[in-house]
Amino acid sequence: MTEQTLSRFQGCGEESEDSRPTPLAFLPVYLLLGTAFGFVLVRSEVLSWFRIQEMFRFQSFRMYGIIGSAVVTAAISLLILKRLKIGALTGEEISIPPKAMGSGIRYLLGGTIFGIGWALTGACPGPLVALIGNGVTVMIAALAGALAGTWVYGRLRPRLPH
Amino acid sequence: MASWLSGEWPWYVAGPIIGLFVPALLVAGNKVFGISGNLSHLCAAIAPGKLEYFRYDWRRAGLWNLVFLAGVFIGGFLAAHTGTPHAIAISFETKATLAKLGIHDFSGVAPREIFTWHALLTLKGFVSVVVGGFLVGFGTAYAAGCTSGHAISGLANFQLPSLIAVVGFFAGGLAATYFILPFVIGAP
Repeated sequence: MTEQTLSRFQGCGEESEDSRPTPLAFLPVYLLLGTAFGFVLVRSEVLSWFRIQEMFRFQSFRMYGIIGSAVVTAAISLLILKRLKIGALTGEEISIPPKAMGSGIRYLLGGTIFGIGWALTGACPGPLVALIGNGVTVMIAALAGALAGTWVYGRLRPRLPH
Repeated sequence: MASWLSGEWPWYVAGPIIGLFVPALLVAGNKVFGISGNLSHLCAAIAPGKLEYFRYDWRRAGLWNLVFLAGVFIGGFLAAHTGTPHAIAISFETKATLAKLGIHDFSGVAPREIFTWHALLTLKGFVSVVVGGFLVGFGTAYAAGCTSGHAISGLANFQLPSLIAVVGFFAGGLAATYFILPFVIGAP
């Protein structure tokens, strides 16, 4: 993979160079959707360290049911959006930029490193932030750690296999 | 207060609602659901240094997502203030296993022996919170996605890289649960 394709590939599904600016008028929509998501993370209890332990110890179907039905719902929704050619409210045609495969090693190694962190903190990035709002304020330190981790990745990236 | 607003949701309600955030963000503005990109955006905004990886227009790429993340914080806050605090009803087996490892307070959303400011100064608190957080940040940046971006958006869109990442998530999570956590929880 060339350095150029790599640099176009930022973070969680975000294609930084490719993305168009967001009309400011739409920002409240994202705030509202984010608020709903944070609320759901709490009520579904997926932000709970206990639930994550229960999942990794295969002692309850709950987390698998949640993730599985979320994927199925999202997949069916995508098929419907495509079939009915539904566009975005901004007038754009809906498109999901594919993830560059490369050697695939970044997904396996990065995924494994994240998995270790997921089990230790009991939280992935969304739940980290929802937990702070929920009153587990020590997760501010986890968020600071996550920012440091992301920064160090940015520093080491040229030397890591991708 | 309506009970659905305050209590624990069953998986078959919570899962589909989480899945609907994928089409909702696409319809709202052609955005791909994924939280961890925000960590890069924050680095790019706060301390890009001279690193190529952080030299991009974070406002253009990620302002919408940072606003979404601010909402996640607000949502967590609202949920805390609309529900009745209750213990997470994990299975008896999990409780027994964790009790054996040294967890005895099951009253919160996370064990208070580990996840408090006071415990942050202990080895188990520091490793769980700060080291764990570091690995979350490093890993999601390296894998270019987290649970939302890969496990939900990516799998729903049948992307092979996301499947590989999710295999990694579980390999790492299982390894940490069985080989690292016992030592971390048992530490002073």
